[in-house]
Amino acid sequence: MLIIDCPYCGKRPEIEFSYGGEAHIARPLDPAALNDEEWAAFLYARTNPKGLHAERWRHARGCGRFFNAVRDTVSDFFVTTYKTGEARPDATKKASA
Amino acid sequence: MTGQFRTAKGGRIDRAQKLLFSFDDVVYEGVQGDTLASALLANGVHLMGRSYKYHRPRGVLSAGSDEPNALVGLYRDKARYTPNLRAPCVELYNGLMADSQNRWPSLRWDIGIINDALSPLLPAGFYYKTFKWPAFAWKKYYEPFIRAAAGLGRSPTLADPDRYDNRWAHCDVLVVGSGPAGVSAALAAAESGARVILCDEQAELGGSLLSDVQANIDDQPAQAWLAGALATLARHPRVQLLPRTTAFGYFAHNMVGLSERITDHMAEPAAHLPRERLWQVRATEVVIAAGALERPLVFPHNDRPGVMLADSARTYVNRYGVKPGNLVVVATAHDSAYRAALDLHAAGVKIVTLADQRPSPSGPLIDAVRDAGIPLRVGTSVTGTGGGTRVRWVSLSSNGVSSEPVVCDTLLMSGGWTPSVHLFSQSRGRLRFDEALQAYVPGQSVERERSAGACRGVFGLAAALQDGAQAGAAAAKAAGYASARANPASAVGGEAGTGGWLGLVPGASPVKAFLDFQNDVTAKDIKLAVREGMRSIEHIKRYTTTGMATDQGKTSNMNALGVASGALDTPIPQVGHTTFRMPYTPVTFGAFAALSRDGLFDPARQTPMHDWAAENGAVFEDVGLWKRAHYFPKSSEDLHKAVDRECVAVRQSVGIFDASTLGKIEVVGPDAAEFMNRMYINAWTKLGVGKCRYGIMCREDGFVMDDGVVGRMAADRFHVTTTTGGAPRVLALMEDYLQTEWPDLDVWLTSTTEQWAVIAVQGPRARDVLAPLVEGIDISAKAFPHMSVAEGRIAGVPTRLFRVSFSGELGFEVNVPADYGRAVWEAIYASGQQYGITPYGTETMHVLRAEKGFIIVGQETDGTATPDDAGLTWAIGKAKKDFVGKRSLDRASMKGADRKQLVGLLTENPATVLEEGAQLVAGPKQPVPMTLLGHVTSSYHSANLGHSIALAMLSGGRARIGTSLFVPMPQGAIKVKIVDPVFYDREGARLDG
Ligand SMILES: [Zn+2]
Repeated sequence: MLIIDCPYCGKRPEIEFSYGGEAHIARPLDPAALNDEEWAAFLYARTNPKGLHAERWRHARGCGRFFNAVRDTVSDFFVTTYKTGEARPDATKKASA
Repeated sequence: MTGQFRTAKGGRIDRAQKLLFSFDDVVYEGVQGDTLASALLANGVHLMGRSYKYHRPRGVLSAGSDEPNALVGLYRDKARYTPNLRAPCVELYNGLMADSQNRWPSLRWDIGIINDALSPLLPAGFYYKTFKWPAFAWKKYYEPFIRAAAGLGRSPTLADPDRYDNRWAHCDVLVVGSGPAGVSAALAAAESGARVILCDEQAELGGSLLSDVQANIDDQPAQAWLAGALATLARHPRVQLLPRTTAFGYFAHNMVGLSERITDHMAEPAAHLPRERLWQVRATEVVIAAGALERPLVFPHNDRPGVMLADSARTYVNRYGVKPGNLVVVATAHDSAYRAALDLHAAGVKIVTLADQRPSPSGPLIDAVRDAGIPLRVGTSVTGTGGGTRVRWVSLSSNGVSSEPVVCDTLLMSGGWTPSVHLFSQSRGRLRFDEALQAYVPGQSVERERSAGACRGVFGLAAALQDGAQAGAAAAKAAGYASARANPASAVGGEAGTGGWLGLVPGASPVKAFLDFQNDVTAKDIKLAVREGMRSIEHIKRYTTTGMATDQGKTSNMNALGVASGALDTPIPQVGHTTFRMPYTPVTFGAFAALSRDGLFDPARQTPMHDWAAENGAVFEDVGLWKRAHYFPKSSEDLHKAVDRECVAVRQSVGIFDASTLGKIEVVGPDAAEFMNRMYINAWTKLGVGKCRYGIMCREDGFVMDDGVVGRMAADRFHVTTTTGGAPRVLALMEDYLQTEWPDLDVWLTSTTEQWAVIAVQGPRARDVLAPLVEGIDISAKAFPHMSVAEGRIAGVPTRLFRVSFSGELGFEVNVPADYGRAVWEAIYASGQQYGITPYGTETMHVLRAEKGFIIVGQETDGTATPDDAGLTWAIGKAKKDFVGKRSLDRASMKGADRKQLVGLLTENPATVLEEGAQLVAGPKQPVPMTLLGHVTSSYHSANLGHSIALAMLSGGRARIGTSLFVPMPQGAIKVKIVDPVFYDREGARLDG
C-alpha cells in the first residue's frame, strides 16, 4: 500500500485516497469552440508515460481535497505532491517526455 | 509407542513433560518442545506423506518451513481442520490429532501409487498435451479426472469459528529473521534508540543458533549468548519481539505483512484469544535476515523416506534430541554436512560413510571428521537408494564406477546453501548472480531495506554477527538515529565452509531424480521441457510445474535452474530466475480477512424506519449497502400478490413508502445557481424559491450519470437529491469540478443523505392524510401545486415538504431530521388508517414508476445513454451556453437516428412477463447470431392495467412505435408491440388527486 503525502494533511495510506487521472488537463473555457477531434482529444487522450507522471489524487476519506502528484509509474514512488492550480514543478518534467 | 530414537540428554525439549498425540490414528508419545516431525522421528516414523502426482511415499526432508513432503492435516473439531501444514512447523501439544495427505486407503498402501507405475505416461506437460479437444470431453472426462486427482488436502465444511485479529504497526527498523544476523541487527538498532520489531516464523527466536551446540559467541556457548541477547531485547522498551510470526509479504513503500500464530500450539486455546493476528507493519527501514536454505542432492530415488537434508538432521539431534536413524550415510557437496556428521556422531549415531562428491575437500571440518574416525570417501557421489518405504541401502559411485550398496537406515544429503532472497525479491529488488557462490543474491534495492547474513550470501557465524550488526546500525542511522553504531559479537566456530552443487549429481541418472518433491518434478522432466523447446525458466517452470507448489520451490528452484542450464548449455544468469511472490509460506484466509467478516466486511445501512418495517413484516432487499423494504406481505402472500395489492392501494387510496435512501446534497452559496447550471443539463436560474425540478446530470462524455428532484430552498440554497447508489459519485464529481475547474465559484457542498428521513406519501388521499399533521404550510392544490417545496412542521417536527410524485399520483415526500423519522412515519401511518394507508416497498415503487414510463438511472440507462435516448430532451436547458456533457451531445454520433431509445413493450398475451435483459430482434427465424436491435430494461405485471408492461432501449425506437418485434427465448420467440413508454394516465390528470 502506497503512502501519499496530502499537501493539506501530510502522509497518509493509499486507502484514504482516490485516483483522479492525469493532471493539468484543463476543461476548455469555451467547449463549443472546439471541433469534434479537439473535444475528443480533451475527453479521452492521455499520455500514459513510462516514468514520471503528473496525476490527480483526492484525499477522499480525509480532507476531501483534490491535489496533484508526480509519481514514477515504473517504481510507483511519488516524487512530489502539490496543490491544485500550482504548476508542475520543473524538476519533475525531465524524465517524462 | 514411546520415542526409542530420543537422545538421553540435550536439546531444547522437556523430556519430563510427556505429550500424547495421534498420527493416522496411531497414538504416539512426544515431549514438550517437539514439533510433529521431531516427535514422529523420535518414534522412528519417517514416512509422513505421499507425493501429489505419483503418490510416492515420502519422509520428512527438512526441519523448517521449506519442508516439501511432510504435509499433514490437523484436526481439532469438525470446523477446525487445517490441511497442508508442514510437520516440522507444527508444534506438538497434548491431544494433537494429525493425518497424512494424498493417500488412500492408507499411507503405507496407497492405490494412487499406480500413477507412479504409469509415470512414463505422465511426463512434463502431460496435461497440456492430453486434455485439449474435443470440448465436450472436458466436462465429461477430463475435468472429473483432474478434480479427483488434484487438490492438496481437504477443507473443513463448516464456517471457521475462530477469531482473527488485525493490527497496524509502525517502527523505525523491522528485522525479519532472528538468527545470528537478525539478533545482531536488532541489538544494534535498538541500542541507537530506534523502535524495532524483530519477527521470526519459528516458535523460538534464534534461528540457526538454536541448533548450534559447538560454537561460542563472546566467550559463551552460542545458545547462552542468544538467551542473554534476547533478554536484553525483551527488556528494551522500544523493541517488540514477535516469535511465531512469518513475514509473508513485502508490499509497496515498506509495508510488510506479518502473520502471527497465537493459539495453534495450544492444547486448549483460551476463548478470548484470536487464533492468528495479521500485522501490517509500516517500517522506515527493513533488515532482511532470512538466512539460507539447504539444497537436496538430485539423484534417482532421492525422495525415499529416510533421506533428509544434513543440516536438518543436525537440528533434530541438537535442538529436539532426536536421532534420525541408527545407521547413517552422509552424501555431500559442501563442508557444512561435515558439521552435521560430527554432531550426530557425538550424539551416538553411527555414521557409516561420509561421501563427498568433491575430489579433494579440505579444511578444519574435514580434518575434524577424519579425527573422529568417520569413514570418509571423497570424489564419491550418491547415485541411488533402495528399500521400499524406508531407505535400506544407497549406491555410491566414484569416477563412474559403482560400489557395493551401502547398508543404512538414513541418508543425509547436502548440495550446499541457497540464500533466501524471497522477501528481497518481493520488494522488487533486483537479484544478482554471484559466480563465486553460484547463487542469486540481492542486488539493486528498490525499497528502503537491506539484507544481512546468509540471505545475502554472507555465510558463517562470525560474519553473520558482524553483517547483522552493521545492517542494524545502518538501518537505524537511515531512520534518523545518528548515534547508531555496530558492535558485533565475536564468534569461535560456526565457520562457513565451502562447496555446493546445482543440478544432477555427477554420474547419476535423471530418471526419478526428484527436484521438486511437492510437485513430483524430476531432472528428466526439465530435460524433456528443454527438448520440447522451452528456453526461459519461466516457461520451463510452467510446463513442468517445478517450483509451483505451496513451498514455491524453496528446496528445488536452484537445482531446477542447474539442470536447465546444463540442458540448454547456457550459463545460469542467462537462463534467468523465476519470480518470488507473496506469501512466503501459506497464510490462512482467516488471517487475511482478520476482522473483516460479516457486518464488518459488508456493513448494512438501515434507514430510521427500518425497525418499523421489520416489525410490520417487510421482506428486505439489498440495494448497495442499504437494506430496503422490498414488499410487505400479508399472511401468506407471495411477492406478486403483495405487490399487486400494494400497487392497487396506492392508485385507489394512498400508500406510504420509505425513500430515506435517496442521496441528498445541500448546495449552498452565492454561486449555487450558476454551479447547478453548469453541473446539470437543466436550467436553474429561473427556478423560483419554493419550486422543484427533476434534474439530470451527465458526465462530460454526454451520457446520463444520475437524476433526482432538486428543490430551491432559497436563492442561494438547493436541496439536491440523487439516486440511492449515486450520492457519493455525484458529490465526488461536483467536488471535482468545483475544486479543480471552477475554484472561483463560491459554493459549498454537504452530503446530507443520512440527515434526512424521507417518507413518500402517494395516492389520491395523500393530502387528506398529511393535512391534519402539517403546520405552517398551506398544502392545498392551489397553494402547493405539483413540484413545490416548503419548510414547516409536521407532527410537531421541522420538515422540508416536497410535493413530488414518482408514482404519477398526488404525492408528497416528507423530509424530517433522521432521528424523528420513525415517529413521523408512525404519525402519518396513524393518520392514514381511515383511508386504509398501505405501506409499500421498492418493488411496488418500481411497478408504479414503470407504469408511468419513468426511468431508473442504471436500469434503463447503462452509461451509454444520452438524455435524448432516455426521452429526456425536454429537460435540457436549451439557452444554456455550456454544461457538463453539452459539447459531447453535439457530436454527430450522439444524434444518430439509430441510437437506442426508450420505448414501451406490450406482449400479445397479457400474462406474459418478459425477462429483463432479453434481446429484441426483427424476425425470430434469422440465422444465429441474430441482429440485435435492443433489450428489455424493465418488466412487470401491472395489476392496475391488468396486463404486463415492459420498458426497452431500442435502436431507432421512437420511429418503431406501432410496429412489432420479437423477443427470442429458449421456449420460442415472443411477439411484442412497440408502444409509447407511458402506460398509465398519459395526460397526468391524476397528479392532483
Ligand atoms: Zn488531506
